[in-house]
Amino acid sequence: MSAPRKTFAFTPENLAEAKKIIAKYPAGRQASAVMPLLAIAQKQNDNLLTQAELEYVADMLGMAPIRVHEVASFYTMYNLKPAGKVQVQVCTTTPCWLRGSDQVVEACEKALGIHCGEVTADGKIGLIEVECLGACVNAPMLQIGDDYYEDLDAESARKLMEALKAGGVLKPGPQNGRKTSEPLGGATTLTSFPAEKA
Amino acid sequence: MPKLTIDGQEIEVEAGITVLQACERAGVEIPRFCYHERLSIAGNCRMCLVEQEKAPKPIASCAMPVMEGMVIKTDTPLVKKARRGVMEFLLVNHPLDCPICDQGGECDLQDQAMAYGMDHGRYHENKRAVRDKYMGPLVKTIMTRCIHCTRCVRFATEVAGVEELGALGRGEHMEITTYLEKALASEVSANVIDLCPVGALTSRPYAFNARPWELRKTESVDVMDAVGAAIRVDTRGREVMRVLPRLNEDVNEEWISDKSRYACDGLKRQRLDRPYIRKDGKLVPASWGEALGAVAAKLKGTAPAKIAARVGDLADAESIFALKGLMASLGATNLECRQDGAHLPSASRGDYLFNTTIAGIEKADLCLIVGANPRWEAALVNTRLRKRYMMGGFKVAAIGPKLDLTYPVEMLGDGPSTLAAIADGSHPFAEKLKSAKVPMLILGMGALSRPDGAAVYALARKLGDACARDGWNGFNVLHTAASRVAALDLGFVPATQNPEAPEVVYLLGADELDLAKFGKAFVIYQGHHGDRGAHRADVILPGAAYTEKNGIYVNLEGRVQLGRLASTPPGEAREDWKIVRALSDALGKPLPFNTLEALRQKLVQAHPVFAPIGQVTPVASMPWSGSASAPSGGAFAYPIQNFYMTDPISRASATMAECTEAFVTGTAPMDANRGTGTHG
Repeated sequence: MSAPRKTFAFTPENLAEAKKIIAKYPAGRQASAVMPLLAIAQKQNDNLLTQAELEYVADMLGMAPIRVHEVASFYTMYNLKPAGKVQVQVCTTTPCWLRGSDQVVEACEKALGIHCGEVTADGKIGLIEVECLGACVNAPMLQIGDDYYEDLDAESARKLMEALKAGGVLKPGPQNGRKTSEPLGGATTLTSFPAEKA
Repeated sequence: MPKLTIDGQEIEVEAGITVLQACERAGVEIPRFCYHERLSIAGNCRMCLVEQEKAPKPIASCAMPVMEGMVIKTDTPLVKKARRGVMEFLLVNHPLDCPICDQGGECDLQDQAMAYGMDHGRYHENKRAVRDKYMGPLVKTIMTRCIHCTRCVRFATEVAGVEELGALGRGEHMEITTYLEKALASEVSANVIDLCPVGALTSRPYAFNARPWELRKTESVDVMDAVGAAIRVDTRGREVMRVLPRLNEDVNEEWISDKSRYACDGLKRQRLDRPYIRKDGKLVPASWGEALGAVAAKLKGTAPAKIAARVGDLADAESIFALKGLMASLGATNLECRQDGAHLPSASRGDYLFNTTIAGIEKADLCLIVGANPRWEAALVNTRLRKRYMMGGFKVAAIGPKLDLTYPVEMLGDGPSTLAAIADGSHPFAEKLKSAKVPMLILGMGALSRPDGAAVYALARKLGDACARDGWNGFNVLHTAASRVAALDLGFVPATQNPEAPEVVYLLGADELDLAKFGKAFVIYQGHHGDRGAHRADVILPGAAYTEKNGIYVNLEGRVQLGRLASTPPGEAREDWKIVRALSDALGKPLPFNTLEALRQKLVQAHPVFAPIGQVTPVASMPWSGSASAPSGGAFAYPIQNFYMTDPISRASATMAECTEAFVTGTAPMDANRGTGTHG
C-alpha cells in the first residue's frame, strides 16, 4: 500500500469480463463482484494490488475504498506486497511433505537464489510455501501461475526453475513421465473392456 | 407478541427484538462488547452468550430474534463457563495495562472482567503488539488494547456517514484503521471514544489528565450550536476537564459534536477575569465599582435613542431578560440579537423555530434545505437527517453551493432564483414537494443573513407553508446561535425601524458583529473571553462562560433547557445577570429581582413559553401573511467557514485550532510519533 500513486484501468478485454461479472448480481448489489474483480485486477497488474487497483475497483463498484481494502487484506491470495510477476507456490502440506516437498523447496530456493516468501532481484519470480492445493495424488507438487507441476523431486524441480528463469516453455502436469494420476509405467487394472474378456 | 421465559420469569415482548433486548426488559443484565442499540448487530464478541433450552450450545443473545415459547437461562453453570471462556480469550491479547490506561475506572472490559471473568489467566504466551494508528487530533489510539468489537467501524459507516474506518487483516492479525491512516473526517468523530468499550480509542486532548473518580459531574446543556445537546461537564476543582454527551432521545440521542466535546479547553484561555476601563487608548484594570460607575455615567449622559444593545450567540436567557429590562428602564429601543443580520421575523414563534423538531425528522419523507449546511451549522441535526436517510424512503434536495452531507443530496440550484422557481411551480421539484406525504423545509442563516434576506424568507416561508400537513408543520429555521431563539422569544429586537446611529453600545457577549459600523461609539463589553468585542471595548465587564453559571437556553426547536453551574467564573468575573442587576443599581433604576429564582419567576410571568423545561410546545402551521418582494442577490453562501471555530470559546481552544489545521486548512502534519503502547 505504500506504492507511489499511479493510475490503473482495466484493459478492454478485462473490462468486458468485469462487466459480465457485475451483471450477474442484481442492481444495487454490485459490491458482490468485488472478489472476482480484484482477482482480474491483480492478474493484470503483475500479481500485485496497490492503492490504485483497490481504488479503481472501489470506484467501479461504488464501494468505499476501505471496504475493498478490508476484503483484499482478509484473503491471503490477494497480494498487497510484490509477490513476483510469476509466483511459484510449493505445497508443503503433509502428503507432499511425506513425499519429499522439503527437497523440492530446497531445490527451488537454490535454483532461484531466494528463500520462501521472497522475490528475485529482478522482481520476476516469487517463491512461497502454500497449504494443500488438492493434488495429493501427484505429490509433491507446485503451482506456477495457473498450472500445476506434479510428481517432483529435487532434480525435476531444479530443471523447472532453470527453465522458468530462462523464460523457456514449461510442460504442466507430472514431471516424471506419468500420465495424469495413472500408475507410473501405465495402467495396471481395467486395461481391457469386460466384453472382450468373455 | 411472543412470550418467552427468562430465568423462570415469563415476559411478553414485541416481535422482532432480540433475546438480549428481551433480557434487558426482564431486568436481567447481559454482558456485551460489540452490541450497541444504535448500531447494526455484529455478533462478534460472543460475550452475550446465554443458554436456550433445546439449543445444542449457548446462543449469542444479541443476534438471536425472540421466538414464541423460548426458554432462556442466564444464570446456569453453562452460561457462567461460556462467559469466562469468552473473557479469557478476549484477554489473551489484551495488555492489561489498566494502571496507565485512560479508560481505567470507566472501562467495560475492566468491569466485565471483574464481574464475569476468571481470577487469573492461563495463557503464558507472548501477547501480540499492534502499531498505533493515526485518527486525527481528537482520537488517541493504543491499538494493542483493541478487542475488535467493530463498534467504531459501524459508527463511522452508519451514524457519521464517513466510510473511512475498517478492519484490515484477519484473525490474530486483524487491525482497526482509517483508510491510508488519515484523520477521521467527521464532525462527530470523537463519539467513537465513548463507544470504544476498552482503552483502544481514547480522548487525545484529555490523555493522562484525570481519573474518572476525581471528577465532579454536572449535567448541563451545550451552547456551541443551537441544537442544545445534553452534556455532562466533568470538573476537577475549577477546571473543566472534559465534556461528555448525555442521553436525550429528543435532541442528541447519545452523540455530541467534536466542537461541543473539545472546545472546553478554550475556557482556560483568553479569559476576562477583572473589569477594565480604556484610558488613553489602553485597557487598564479597574475595580467593579469604577467600571460600573463609568458605564452608568455614560449611559445616563446619553439620549435613549442613541443607546444600542447587542446580544451574542452564547448568552443565557436570564441575562438577556435582565439586559432587556435595563434597556427598557433607560428607554432604549435599539436592541438586536441577530448578530449576523438574519432577516428573521420575531412576531410569532412558529416563524423562527425548527417546528418539525429534531426527532420529528424521522417522520419526514422529503426534505428541502435552503441556504444551510447542517453538517457544520448543526452537526446533530445532520446526524438525524442521515439516520432518517438510512431508514430508507427519504429524499433530500438543497439550494445553495455544493454540499457533502454524508447522504445523497440533489442540488437544485445555488440561489434564490431556484427557490422562486419552486415557489411559483415552474421547477419540477415543486410537484415533488406537493405530492410528498410529510415534507419538510430547512431554512438556513446562509439564506437570511444577506441584504435580500427578507425576500428570501418570504419565498421560503411560502414553500414552508406548502409543507404543512394535518398536524405537521414542515417549516424549519436552522439557527446557528445558542442564544438566538431565547432572545427572539424575549423580543430582543429593535422596536423601531431605522434606529439612529448609536453613541453607546452595550455588547452582551457579542463578538460576531461588524464592530467597525459603530464608528467612534462608546462600547461596553460584557463577556467571558478577550475576543473581538473585548478588543474594541471601552469598558469590559467580565462575565461567566456557559459552564460557570446556571442559565436557561432555548434550542432551535424552542426547547427550554437548563445549563448548570459546573465551576465558578475566574477571578472577579461574575454571573451575567448579576452584572446587569448591579449596573441597574449603579444607574439608580434597580431591576425587580435579587435572586436567580426571582428573576426566573419574572421571566416566566412575562414569557410563559419558558415555563415547560425540556419540552417543546408545538406551533401549528400558520399561513404567512407578510409581503414578498423578489430577492435580488446571487448564490447563497454558508455562514460557517470553519466548523471548529465559531465563537469566543472555540476560537480560544488549542484543540479546535488543531482540528482546523487537520480538517479545514489541511496543514496538520501526520503524527510521526507512533508506537504500540508498550514500546517503552
